[in-house]
Amino acid sequence: MSFAVELKNVRKSFGKTEIIRGAELAVTAGERIAIIGPNGAGKSTLFNLISGRFGLTSGEIHLNGQRIDGLPPYEISRRGLARSFQVSNIFGRLSVFENLRCGVLWSLGYKYTFWKFLAGLDDANQRASDLLHMIKLDRKRDTLAMNLTYAEQRALEIGITIAGGANVVLLDEPTAGMSKSETSRFIELIREVTVGKTLLTVEHDMGVVFGLADKIAVLVYGEVIAFDTPDAVRANARVQEAYLGSVLADAQAAEAGH
Amino acid sequence: MTTTTTTAAAARPMIAGRALIWIGFAALLVILPLLFRSSLALTMLSQMGYLVIICLSYNMLLGQGGMLSFGHAVYTGMGAFIAVHAMNLATKGAIPVPLVVIPLVGGVAGMFFAALLGYVTTKKSGTTFAMITLGIGELVAAMSLMFPSFFGGEGGVTTNRTYGQPFFGLTFGSQLQVYYLIATYCFVSTGLMYAFTGTPLGRMLNAVRDNPERVEFVGYNTQWVRYISFVIAGFFAGIGGALAGINFEIVNASDSLSAVRSGGYLLFTFLGGATFFFGPIIGAVLLVFASVMLSELTKAWLLYLGLAFLLMVMFAPGGIASLIMMNLRVAKFGKLKSLLGVYVTLLLASAVLFVGIAAVIEMVYHLQLNDSLGATVHFLGLSFDAKSPMSWMLAAAVTAVGALLFTLARRLFAHRWSDVQSEIEAMLAQEAAR
Repeated sequence: MSFAVELKNVRKSFGKTEIIRGAELAVTAGERIAIIGPNGAGKSTLFNLISGRFGLTSGEIHLNGQRIDGLPPYEISRRGLARSFQVSNIFGRLSVFENLRCGVLWSLGYKYTFWKFLAGLDDANQRASDLLHMIKLDRKRDTLAMNLTYAEQRALEIGITIAGGANVVLLDEPTAGMSKSETSRFIELIREVTVGKTLLTVEHDMGVVFGLADKIAVLVYGEVIAFDTPDAVRANARVQEAYLGSVLADAQAAEAGH
Repeated sequence: MTTTTTTAAAARPMIAGRALIWIGFAALLVILPLLFRSSLALTMLSQMGYLVIICLSYNMLLGQGGMLSFGHAVYTGMGAFIAVHAMNLATKGAIPVPLVVIPLVGGVAGMFFAALLGYVTTKKSGTTFAMITLGIGELVAAMSLMFPSFFGGEGGVTTNRTYGQPFFGLTFGSQLQVYYLIATYCFVSTGLMYAFTGTPLGRMLNAVRDNPERVEFVGYNTQWVRYISFVIAGFFAGIGGALAGINFEIVNASDSLSAVRSGGYLLFTFLGGATFFFGPIIGAVLLVFASVMLSELTKAWLLYLGLAFLLMVMFAPGGIASLIMMNLRVAKFGKLKSLLGVYVTLLLASAVLFVGIAAVIEMVYHLQLNDSLGATVHFLGLSFDAKSPMSWMLAAAVTAVGALLFTLARRLFAHRWSDVQSEIEAMLAQEAAR
């Protein structure tokens, strides 16, 4: 069978330093995967490799059975993989609605059209309005993206990411820098907008990880040392040794406190 | 006529408003030569007509695409050369092209060269893009000297626009008829370029300007977005260049293809305002006023221009268009009246400072360039002796007082302005809370 995302012995070096050392991962369609690991484990780098931002040093990446490593980001995006960024990466001088519409256009087949007016593209406008509603920024429709609050920019970041209707979604620390209450609301939002999609997310908040993910991949020093259900990962001796121990205890304590 | 589009809900009154603006624009183009009947006015209006097209096409790159081009004259210039050669061929009867479609010939030429050279330039963005356009501009300018049969060498290529059968009775012998030809193209081109800002490609061009990296992750190849837009801009640049060729009946490579010319488009597009669609129109009008009238007033006109550019970059990077829009916003909230006082103060202080600086500049220029004509400088209706220490001391004193007054007035203005802005923000917040 073919997986939604499959990494085969992926390696990436920057100069002499090898950051990703033979990562293996096979994600079934529809699964929600959280990627965790200590700082510097290569989580963001892994996302950058999958989404085509960086090229691999060696190995293979497959998306729905098609090989995608070596392709530029826009080709990977057209094949149905979208990603968000750790630092909001939006179109600052365009309105919220325009930001979303930019995310929609290619997937609806408008490509480099300059003989049709945007105002007349009913499907694109409808889809952008739906997205606006989904990420709950209806009231900010005409606000320039650069004038949004931090949390709103994070929401817009997710909105642009899912706009093209990709079936594989990569979220790089979607809740980074958010307050507790914002985080829980935001996780609900992510859950709603990624229904039926394959989701990979990098996350530090263990509450979020165990709440959102079907499976957890643990990345340590550029290797996936465990990839299993949350309970199995919790019990995994190697994971505890390498990384989770203290963090996991905190998370369990937090859960017990609920 | 801003680059930000409207929402569907508020569209109806906006559409009516826009239609009114376009009708007004057309009416203005028709009426202007009837109001200003002197031959100087007609010459200037004709130049403004095609410069509007050129500056708008330049702003497709600068304002809408974030592409700082130092070589736009390549496309206007090549458009002009091909157009003039086409006219000469048509005169000989070699090709059956009437004058009214010559601008389109120039447009296709501009597009062709943009497609050819732009493929290289648009591979990169930012500083690299700017450097490559500069290099290509120099390359083409240098090449023009190597092919005198095409570029006409030092003397350029001349032509005669009154060839062939009259077009519905128009021979284009008179400047007025040429003006209306230019005005027609100006109106249609402006309309088309405005329409472009509302298309998917036009919007993605803005997205590429704001964040090229993210564009790649929503499925677009940023190079293609830049390239196609560059080619379209080249088309309109070519139209503008061809109209210039028709207007002057001569093209000269050392002028039309030069980096100075490219720099002029950049400078005035920026002065007019690159962030709004209509900004370059103001820029084009200023360009003509500066090169025709300012150069008559003073020999140091390029120096004043440089100063104006410097001040604009420092204090109003959005150009005149942004100044207009900011004040319209203030006026919309009924606050313009409360700024009137500080505006007058600022204006008076600036005037004093300007007189002081201008006196110094004029005296320096006079001593350096016109010494043989005697020591008397005539400027702004005043005459003074450039060699007397009194004049220099007076000029220095006026400059110093002006600088002091200006600093104070500017602070006062900035203070009052930010007050008004926060009042407006408060009003908006109140409205949003309701």
